[in-house]
Amino acid sequence: MPGTIVDDVELIDAGHGGGTPPPAGGDDDGDSSGSRRPVPRRAYFTALQLGLAGIVMFFMALASSYIVRKGLGMDWQTTPLPRVLWFNTAILLASSATIIVARKKLEGGEREAFRSWWWVTTGLGLLFLAGQIIAWRQLAAAGMLLATNPSSSFFYLLTAAHGAHLGGGILALFYVTFRPWSRSRITQSTAAELTSIYWHFMDGLWIFLFALLTLGR
Amino acid sequence: MVTHENGGGHGQHQPPSGFIRKYVFSIDHKVIGIQYLTLALFSVFLGMGLSLLMRLHLAWPNSHWFFFKGGLMTPEQYLALVTMHGTIMIFMVLTTAPQSGYGNYFLPIQIGAADMAFPVLNMLSFWTTFLSLMVMVAAFFVAGGAPIGGWTSYPTLSALGEITGPGQGAGETLWIVGLAIFCAASLMGALNFITTLIDLRAKGMTLGRLPLTCWTWLVTAILGLLAFGVLLAACILLLLDRIAGTSFFVPGGLVITDQVITWHKGGSPLLWQHLFWFFGHPEVYIAILPGMGVTSHLLSTFARKPVFGYRAMVGAVCGIGFLGFCVWGHHMFVSGMSPYSAFAFSILTMTIGVPSAIKTFNWLGTLWGGKIQFNCAMLFALGFVSLFVSGGLSGLFLAQPSLDLYLHDTYFVIAHFHLIMGVAAIFGMFGGAYFWFPKMFGRFLNEGLGKVHFWLTFIGVYCIFMPMHFLGLAGHPRRYFDSSAVTFLQKLQPVHVFITIGAIITISAQLLFLYNVIWSLIAGKEAKEENPWHATTLEWSIPSPPPHDNFGGLEPVVYHGPYEFSVPGASDDFIPQHLAPNLVRKA
Amino acid sequence: MLSRRLERGSTSVALAFVVFLVLMTVVTVYIFWAKTWWFPPAINDIGNEIDAQFMRTLLITGIVFVAAQLGLAYAIFKFRDQGQKAASFEGNNTMEIVWTVATIVLFVGLGLYARNAWAEVHFTDAAPGALQIEVTGQQFVWNFRYAGPDRKFGRVKPELVSASTGNPLGLDSTDPASKDDIVSPVIVVPSGREVELTIRSQDVTHSFFVRELRLKQDAVPGMEIHMHFTANDPGDYEIVCAQLCGLGHYRMHSILTVMSEADFEKWMKDQAAANQ
Repeated sequence: MPGTIVDDVELIDAGHGGGTPPPAGGDDDGDSSGSRRPVPRRAYFTALQLGLAGIVMFFMALASSYIVRKGLGMDWQTTPLPRVLWFNTAILLASSATIIVARKKLEGGEREAFRSWWWVTTGLGLLFLAGQIIAWRQLAAAGMLLATNPSSSFFYLLTAAHGAHLGGGILALFYVTFRPWSRSRITQSTAAELTSIYWHFMDGLWIFLFALLTLGR
Repeated sequence: MVTHENGGGHGQHQPPSGFIRKYVFSIDHKVIGIQYLTLALFSVFLGMGLSLLMRLHLAWPNSHWFFFKGGLMTPEQYLALVTMHGTIMIFMVLTTAPQSGYGNYFLPIQIGAADMAFPVLNMLSFWTTFLSLMVMVAAFFVAGGAPIGGWTSYPTLSALGEITGPGQGAGETLWIVGLAIFCAASLMGALNFITTLIDLRAKGMTLGRLPLTCWTWLVTAILGLLAFGVLLAACILLLLDRIAGTSFFVPGGLVITDQVITWHKGGSPLLWQHLFWFFGHPEVYIAILPGMGVTSHLLSTFARKPVFGYRAMVGAVCGIGFLGFCVWGHHMFVSGMSPYSAFAFSILTMTIGVPSAIKTFNWLGTLWGGKIQFNCAMLFALGFVSLFVSGGLSGLFLAQPSLDLYLHDTYFVIAHFHLIMGVAAIFGMFGGAYFWFPKMFGRFLNEGLGKVHFWLTFIGVYCIFMPMHFLGLAGHPRRYFDSSAVTFLQKLQPVHVFITIGAIITISAQLLFLYNVIWSLIAGKEAKEENPWHATTLEWSIPSPPPHDNFGGLEPVVYHGPYEFSVPGASDDFIPQHLAPNLVRKA
Repeated sequence: MLSRRLERGSTSVALAFVVFLVLMTVVTVYIFWAKTWWFPPAINDIGNEIDAQFMRTLLITGIVFVAAQLGLAYAIFKFRDQGQKAASFEGNNTMEIVWTVATIVLFVGLGLYARNAWAEVHFTDAAPGALQIEVTGQQFVWNFRYAGPDRKFGRVKPELVSASTGNPLGLDSTDPASKDDIVSPVIVVPSGREVELTIRSQDVTHSFFVRELRLKQDAVPGMEIHMHFTANDPGDYEIVCAQLCGLGHYRMHSILTVMSEADFEKWMKDQAAANQ
């Protein structure tokens, strides 16, 4: 017969890793008196990180398809990238800087300054998207359409996928601005922090994609 | 850091009034769990119905059936059944019931939480799944019918539209869109599950005290989070090839029924296969892992014994999850991939047999020295172990490329994956149904009917799937409409008849289950006790059915491991996880 | 009273379980043993090697299968509820380590052992003098092309493909190398001589499968995949399509004929004559 028989009677009180006052497995900063326990603040960060992991897998699938498809490519022709992309990249980097400033202001209690910097960030985000659309139009004017060549297919696909995710970020920026925070499960500060993490991630993702599109042509 | 606010809007623990908020767009994880299970129950009967049509045709190809136009099935109808049976069973049943259904209902309760971390997201993910099912089923009703490309949907058959066959037009497009929607739903669900498990555990619910069900739900959710994004990307690429004329998967110079395809060039069908199976293999474990968790849970509870080797079990689940991402190439041994990478994939695949074997040994170890109670839940758990062994061992043949050369795409493969990821997973779910039904609805499922259901199903599935190994050994390719064109298939016809008879019996037994569910909901024996099975985990510490917020606004505290059965010196043969040490009665 | 009734109830269920598991195991093992449904004899050396590896795998999995099913049956019967008290051990690290190591050695060893059978077809190229045959899958027929006396395959063009006018591969008649190419709906090979197949597809993915050769290879659009074999035993063998290729998948079928070298030369001459 396998195993050892636990025959220690004292174990009822302390055994099996149980018995002693338990270490906290869950969060303990919520008050649980009478009302439903609130979801701890860190759950939002956990979820955001998980969401980003899912997004990474999605873009990794596209990026590896890009590399594999290019490796096959007797028919691969380099798509000339519109110059405006460099400008867009600068805009997006700038927006990452302004969102940092905005959060500093919020932590310092300067709500008005926070609001203005937050609006600047939102504006830069919209400007970036507009710039991406300009890049599309320039490319289309040059005769490079979605189905023209695999490299242009990937260009449109990757920029569109990134743009859609960034668009989600812009919605989040608006949400932080307009949401009545007094009735929310989290504070505006937490929401701002979550949004800024996502925003920086979108920034980094764009740098990666831009590098793939320029260096991996 | 800012302290967080006490929200005013979500403090109540009254259920919402009004039918719509309570039962349709509910954000209560228990209602959503039941919604998922209902969706899966509908889908499983739909999927079984499709398979029954296939089986009837395969056994008696020349008999006339009133439900076909002209009395006979056509090849495109047969392949549409193949595709939709696979798709519906894999996504709407095997992904949905074990994880989203039972997981939704019991994961928060077993860890002592009031709900999922993000209830609204939870609701969204259910309704997105529902939408996905509707879009997929719609494929039956468009011109050309449902797609004929199989659930793997290999390009170029799937990428060129109607010219490659009926169903490959609008039907295939709907199928891909439906699948993409399903990906989104699963990603939302996975994110919610993992967050809930990480951050919402009650005091004392350390990782070492998590029930094995929760461990498998966690690993399954991680697999889903990492795999469905890849499938989503693949679906988008395939959709673009179909509707925008890009060439990700379609090479140049193709000729289909004398028509030259001029608008594609340079793509690779293998790229789809890599992306698809990178998702597809983890998907197999998404289907089976929760079943393993439920089985471990039931074996321990009804052998009245702690799980043998809890840590090894957790390790094995994590090992299977990790290795699941490293072995997708074994689906592609005959695809023209590099023989060297095929060999590497082969060895990795053989390795995945190791954690599976560990689990089997530990299940036997759990039974060893126990006091086995044969209720329906336990019968299905025991059946799971038998099926898992039978289905798993054939994997050792298929994992070797030299043997796979013969067995690939034959009935041997069908036998293998149906036993292990289809039937075994479903047995886990049946076990869960008989076990948890009283908790969910306050009434027991009828045990007598349940026993009949079990025996018919257990014998039936072996009668269906064991003989398929022999069809495979004889070289019978899968997805064959009939045997008319191939001489060596014709003498296998009696086996087909035998299998179909097995299928008829098995499917009839499921009607019995359906009847049992409906009858027991209305008039089943009431579960008056909170803990009728004398089980240990937290769901048995609250009323049946549980109140709106599970623990009445209180946070349970956990003092014990999940499987403290027959502890020496205690008067009862189980110690619930929430029982304070000073309350444990001594013998 | 109650406990005795319970005991009897659990005995009958346990017994039923044991009977079923034993019966299922015995029947399964018997059918494998008796080879009631089995693969046909191999006609090449590599096929015999694959069969040997199959038998090794069958032996190991068979032992595990019987041991696990009967072990389960034994545990179910032996430890059924008879009113006893359950033991309360929670595991045994030594045993965990033993069976982990044992399965690693067994399974991975088996995988490594299979290398030879795989390597011979796939890690090596065909000998330079091998007979070259091009295999083309299209919905829903196989076509086989021989290079003819000049040993060169002529050019094919997709736009010339026309099954109805007898040019299923789209042979370009302006290319001199294509003049003597022989296109046949069946494949004929000489026994004892190595054959190299170049497998391609014109439309969707197909799979070339001959049971007696123990070979299966997908025909993937856009790829030319090479495979080689030497068939020893003359005879006719069925070729089927093993990868879902559309509604006619089940009837995509052809014949591999293995004949003596002399018969093969004659067949080639007849084909060339018919080609004129």
